[in-house]
Amino acid sequence: MIDGMLALYLFMLAAFTGHEIISRVPVILHTPLMSGSNFVHGIVLVGAMVALGEATTPLQQIIGFIGVFLGAGNAAGGYVVTERMLEMFKSSKKPGSDQQGAK
Amino acid sequence: MNSAQIVNLLIQASYFAAAVLLIMGIKRMSSPVTARSGIQWAGVGVLVAVIATFFYHDPHAHTASLLIENAALIFVAIALSTVLAWYSGKRVAMTAMPQMVALYNGMGGGSAAAIGASALLAFAAALSPQLAGPYPPPAGVPQVSLAVIGALIGSVSFTGSLIAFAKLQGWMDKTFRFGGQQAVNGLCFLGAAALGAYVVYGICYAHHLDATFIVAFFAVALLFGVLMTLPIGGADMPVVISLYNAFTGLAVGFEGYVQNNVALIIAGTVVGAAGTLLTRLMAKAMNRSISNVLFSNFGAGGGAAAEIKGSMKPIEPDDAASLLYMAEKIIIVPGYGMAVAQAQHKIWELSQNLIKRDKEVKFAIHPVAGRMPGHMNVLLAEAGVPYDLIADMDDVNPEFPNCDVAIVIGANDVVNPVAKTDKSSPIYGMPILDVANAKQVIVIKRGKGTGFAGIENALFYQDNCKMLYADGQDAANKLIAGLKAMDGGGGH
Repeated sequence: MIDGMLALYLFMLAAFTGHEIISRVPVILHTPLMSGSNFVHGIVLVGAMVALGEATTPLQQIIGFIGVFLGAGNAAGGYVVTERMLEMFKSSKKPGSDQQGAK
Repeated sequence: MNSAQIVNLLIQASYFAAAVLLIMGIKRMSSPVTARSGIQWAGVGVLVAVIATFFYHDPHAHTASLLIENAALIFVAIALSTVLAWYSGKRVAMTAMPQMVALYNGMGGGSAAAIGASALLAFAAALSPQLAGPYPPPAGVPQVSLAVIGALIGSVSFTGSLIAFAKLQGWMDKTFRFGGQQAVNGLCFLGAAALGAYVVYGICYAHHLDATFIVAFFAVALLFGVLMTLPIGGADMPVVISLYNAFTGLAVGFEGYVQNNVALIIAGTVVGAAGTLLTRLMAKAMNRSISNVLFSNFGAGGGAAAEIKGSMKPIEPDDAASLLYMAEKIIIVPGYGMAVAQAQHKIWELSQNLIKRDKEVKFAIHPVAGRMPGHMNVLLAEAGVPYDLIADMDDVNPEFPNCDVAIVIGANDVVNPVAKTDKSSPIYGMPILDVANAKQVIVIKRGKGTGFAGIENALFYQDNCKMLYADGQDAANKLIAGLKAMDGGGGH
């Protein structure tokens, strides 16, 4: 495992990053962002793949299979739903002059 | 460097790239202009990491046949799940979005719990010398503890989100309560915590652990997720989904420490922190604290609401159309009822008709309009409303006194002035849209019923408020026809 203090620093920095990124978000993006962050933790699929790849007993294989199945659903579903939501955000202004829409 | 080391380095490099892409992706998703590219960046990040992981193989004792078998299982699981999730995600209606987010989020939590389970089983197996597992023994206390905590949080998020999904989908009664529920829930949590602690003790100190304890730990943790979510209902659901989203993030981060996978640690922790903040913003917008949402029931206890004087005054569609025809500035306040009636397209058509006649039209959105903060924006965007016509509560509230006509459609509690005036009301203190200050208010509503919170709306009894009793689509159609008739019969 990553050295104890280093792990703690990593946790602290990542937590601040998450807090900073989201603290100035307009309300209109809360739902897509929740959906988007839901997709981001779909990276769990990678961990589940490693767990199944390392499985040595049938029980571990079953658990690993469930893990990969659930993780892939998180990633694929999260992506599709977020993409569909964001696809719909349009400005009435012409593209290029729409910076002011982002308040 | 031999070839195995090079492959390993490439895998680590792609995890690093994935972490960067995911963070940049979330960052881009926080502005409407770049949001769409944000999800694509994040998508590439996950894809890169997944492809790289196919080349990963563990250097510990593994027969080639087992390696191939596991790789095949991974492939089948991904293919099966991706097809199902992709299909359901494409098909679902925008109004049903919150429960789909809950469902996919629950799956992520379950996946994190599964990682924890297989790690704990491997740790336990490694204790008996003849069954040395892939994790080199002995596992340290922090590693085992994080596996247990991540598994607990992930399990709660898994079953809790499934219950939330079932409730929002209408498969389940909104609330389920019984006497002493909080005591039962508390005992269940203590049970899960005690079993988790015993698992850590068994692996790290006693050097012996019966796998039954691991199974029992998961059973109780999963049960706790169910029990915790059962009593929560109605308007509090979105806050809970957001909370479980943060939970899954944390669980993923913790399991990332167990596996030494930095991409998991960073992405999971970032989502955990961002999700916690988002949950707090949501709860604040509803004037609820998170502990309030989790441990008390909405509207329970509050005394009898004060009597409202006056009467509701109905208006005919043609008269309402003439009010609009004379108005210069119109603010439309949509609520979830509009979306349920699928009236957002018609309302946008009505707005376009008003804009064409040189009227200033704005949409005012309460932070919790719809079923999640921002959900209404998504629904309006789906109907084609440009986002720069949509105003947040704080920006639009000072404008109501200058507004000639405010149209309230499908919204109720979020425009109820008793939230400011009546201390005994359960919604007292909730921030509201000051529609009551507009010169004229037209409320489009199917009947006289109360809103989600079951409270009488004082706005409806005000002198400047007229009730247009109709279905949302129908009302919009009649208003459009009325406007056209006033132009002199043209334009059908």
